[in-house]
Amino acid sequence: MFNLTTFRELVIAALWTGLLAGLLLTAVQQIQVIPTLLKAEVYEEAAVVPSTENSHEHHEWQPENGWERTFFTAVANISLGVGFALLIGAVMCLRGRPGNWRMGLLWGLAGYLTFFVAPSLGLPPEVPGTEAARLADRQSWWLITVLDTGFGLSLLAFAKTRTNQFFGIVLLAAPHLISAPQPEVHSSAAPAELAQSFITATVFANAVFWLAIGGLMGQFYKKEL
Amino acid sequence: MSSTPVLLDNAQSPARSEALKDRILPAMLAGMLGLGLLYAAGFAETAQLHNAAHDGRHSASFPCH
Repeated sequence: MFNLTTFRELVIAALWTGLLAGLLLTAVQQIQVIPTLLKAEVYEEAAVVPSTENSHEHHEWQPENGWERTFFTAVANISLGVGFALLIGAVMCLRGRPGNWRMGLLWGLAGYLTFFVAPSLGLPPEVPGTEAARLADRQSWWLITVLDTGFGLSLLAFAKTRTNQFFGIVLLAAPHLISAPQPEVHSSAAPAELAQSFITATVFANAVFWLAIGGLMGQFYKKEL
Repeated sequence: MSSTPVLLDNAQSPARSEALKDRILPAMLAGMLGLGLLYAAGFAETAQLHNAAHDGRHSASFPCH
């Protein structure tokens, strides 16, 4: 029916890539991302408790702080890693496999710009306790921005005519001209420095994550010689 | 047909069906698997999944809450 060997090679490369990149991300997050999140949660809880006596939020299961929470974060990071690696592998399979890990880094850079940098320009990474627009609106804008940026970047990189490359630039700019959904009033339980520190931390952590995904996929899914 | 000589060169049917089997179908299947995983880890609103993946979602800058 279809080439099972190609599919299997792609999936195995993505599994290893996602596992290693997810574990690396979990380690990098411990430097600044997680400490900042935990500090912000203290402010968030302080802001919530007086207003709701019988809070229903805590009836749902959630991992205990400490090893349990770190374990589930690692599982989530690995799932994201495998998911992104499968997408990048699918594009590599269509465009031609990379020759080595250095070529893979370029794909990782494209993934970082598409899935992190572009959506973060409109919807910066937020600590818990930040007022934001309706979730469904933000998810739609996020998805449109990611699709649009991915398509725009591929036109810019691979289109053969100037007109199509220009169209790529228009696509890259479009979601930022139609600005991201914003809340009516901006407010946050955590102080502004914490929000800023979280942005810096995620910019760094995601760069490491994506370069690892790209580089490892480049290595594990390279052309047969 | 004669108006698309370039396309015709690259896309004669045996070559096209080979590309479909060798590259397009495996890539599509892998892509769909990837999207499913990303949806579960990044977007699904089930409380358990949300709470388990909470820190990962904030870190990846997925819209959360």
